[in-house]
Amino acid sequence: MPEKRHISTQYERELQEIKENIIYMGALVEQSIQKSIKALVIRDSEMARQVEIADDQLDSLDVAIEDKCIRLLALRQPAAIDLRFITTAIKINAHLERIGDMAANIAEKAIILNQEPALKPYIDIPRMAEVASLMIKESLDAFVTENLELANKVRRDDEIVDNLNDQTFRELLTFMMEDHRNIHRAMIISQISKTIERISDHAKGIADMVVFMITGKNVRHESISH
Amino acid sequence: MVNTHLKAEVRSLSFYYGDYQALKNVTMPIADKEVTALIGPSGCGKTTLLRCFNRMHDLYPHNRYQGEIILYPEGRNIVSPEVDSIEVRLRISMVFQKPNPFPKSIYENVAYGLRVRGVNKNSFIAERVEKSLRGAALWDEAKDRLYKPAFDLSGGQQQRLCIARALATEPEIILFDEPTSALDPIATAKIEELIVELKKEVTILIVTHNMQQAARISERTGFMMLGELIEFDQTAKMFTTPAVKLTEEYITGRFG
Amino acid sequence: MDTIGHTIRKNKFFNGVFLIAGLLSTFVGLMLLAVLLIDLAIDGSPRLTYKFLTSFPSRFPEEAGILSALVGSFLVLLVTTGAAIPLGVAAGIYLEEYAKKNLLTDIIEINIANLAGVPSIVYGLMALGLFVQVLKLGESILTGGLTLALLILPMVIIATRESIRAIPNSIREASYALGATKWQTIQHHIVPYSTGGILTGIIIGLSRAIGETAPIITIGALTFIAFLPSPPVTAEFPFLSFKWLWDPFTVLPIQMFNWISRPQHGFQLNAAAAGIILMGMTLIMNGFAIYIRYKFRKKIKW
Repeated sequence: MPEKRHISTQYERELQEIKENIIYMGALVEQSIQKSIKALVIRDSEMARQVEIADDQLDSLDVAIEDKCIRLLALRQPAAIDLRFITTAIKINAHLERIGDMAANIAEKAIILNQEPALKPYIDIPRMAEVASLMIKESLDAFVTENLELANKVRRDDEIVDNLNDQTFRELLTFMMEDHRNIHRAMIISQISKTIERISDHAKGIADMVVFMITGKNVRHESISH
Repeated sequence: MVNTHLKAEVRSLSFYYGDYQALKNVTMPIADKEVTALIGPSGCGKTTLLRCFNRMHDLYPHNRYQGEIILYPEGRNIVSPEVDSIEVRLRISMVFQKPNPFPKSIYENVAYGLRVRGVNKNSFIAERVEKSLRGAALWDEAKDRLYKPAFDLSGGQQQRLCIARALATEPEIILFDEPTSALDPIATAKIEELIVELKKEVTILIVTHNMQQAARISERTGFMMLGELIEFDQTAKMFTTPAVKLTEEYITGRFG
Repeated sequence: MDTIGHTIRKNKFFNGVFLIAGLLSTFVGLMLLAVLLIDLAIDGSPRLTYKFLTSFPSRFPEEAGILSALVGSFLVLLVTTGAAIPLGVAAGIYLEEYAKKNLLTDIIEINIANLAGVPSIVYGLMALGLFVQVLKLGESILTGGLTLALLILPMVIIATRESIRAIPNSIREASYALGATKWQTIQHHIVPYSTGGILTGIIIGLSRAIGETAPIITIGALTFIAFLPSPPVTAEFPFLSFKWLWDPFTVLPIQMFNWISRPQHGFQLNAAAAGIILMGMTLIMNGFAIYIRYKFRKKIKW
């Protein structure tokens, strides 16, 4: 946002509040991802249930943030950067809410997997989750600091997760071919991997919106150069 | 779609009130049959620029133009001293900030521009008065009281009467100087509606303090500050992604 | 709380004091006028007869009337009106609409304001020098009328300028923006919209002129006239005559002045009666001015 402050400090405060709410929501989402993965890795169903509870909190934040944005649109008729900021905030909010749902989904799968013996030690999945989590953090940092460079980095990092997902899938295929009793667990793990890949897509979506907010250019459906 | 056909063009226009330079080297196109809005903080020169178009500044001493306003199709510089200011005003009408009907009847108000031009044929005048009042969306309210004083109308009606008065001479451009600043929101909405309707027939240049108004009714917007045209672009672009930081600060209310 | 109550009571007290003081001051003015009028009425009313209005002056107070003075006053005012309106209105329009704001117009403006305050006898002296001695217009109705015209000219100019200035600039701009020339704007807007104010100024000027004595005496108006000026309408072609302009004359205040200086008590009563007529004329003219102002104000409100 430009260095100059609004003449209306109330307006300034309201915009600031939306920004802070989104950062808070982002932090909760990151935590949920990490917890769900940890619950999977250390086979802790109690921890997985905490993630599902946290999702309720994310849902109510989602509604609150959207309310605030709509209020501002109606009452302040924002223009230019403010308009782009608020439309971006609405979209980021939706992305974060979806990511939260996905973390809950991973936690749910972890509980199912915990009822069966471990198929194999997890190596790539925690790595994927780490990258995806970092992407969320960095895309939100880019949003807050209006850092175009960082947003573009996030958009590129999406590919790392895509590749890890492909690799995981191939690896799981070998397990399934080895022994058909592995198929159920391998399928669930594959879904988790796919879910993390979707999370990174959402992080990229956030970064796309940040690019729009900063430049006014819509890059959502453009492939980015490396 | 953006119209590339020009009605007028401001070229390196500077304007001086005595020693004070109120406009600094302004260059901007005015597209034909479109609404062009000028926004900017008070004292930025937007009204000064508007009043160059019908040479209103000629009424007061020590005013000086430098540069050109080219009026198409013939491509003549209308701020040149060789061009008669009266002739310019016969082609370019103006609607002012506050409704300023003459203390005459509604009919005579609308007819005045024709009378000035020496039109005497009553049937022609009557026809034109009706057409103009219809054009200004005032006919239904005024048709039964054409010979009543214009002052009996409400503020919004008076402003529409002033628009009808400006329309009666079939001008090529109508200049609006903050036409709704003295009106309530309903009357304002009616005038805005009217302006959008009018642009089918005539080129419109409007100065407004109300940025949302510029956003609602104009195709292109110019942002002015301290006598300079800071940015000029399509309105939609100006209000979503202005190119200049100053514009952004102004339209988002970070000005001060 | 207590101090606030105290302050309010104190302020209210001074409020009341001023109200009473102001009321008393107003009453002093009103009472003086009333006493004057009543005195005049008591003295003069028995002499107010039709015969008084239609008789010439006479050596006998009972026979004397004000016919020649009344006609003289009327004709002089006619000349005054005819001279002061075009001059004053044109000057006012010029100064407001045409004159550039510079040192010269500033000087003219200051002088007009000063002229309005010049004692009337000075106008008389000037008229004696200019109209009587240089232009050889004689001690005539024309000279008298022109002298009074000069006297009220500043008032007419100021009234004209003020009512022109009351027209909002937006009206001028509206007219110019429609392509009107300066003259069209003046003709169609400035003059019609300021007529009320200009007329008011003229009438108030005339009501002052009607009571003027000093300048008229200075230019040598007669004090005893037992005849009327030549009639303005004649039996032969071209049926109009302006010979009356060059006739000697007297006016009401001079007639009064003449009577007051006589020793006989009867003439004093005549003077009072003439005074009532003069007062009545002044009041009627002022009333008419107020009426015109009211009427125009109702029609045009900016």
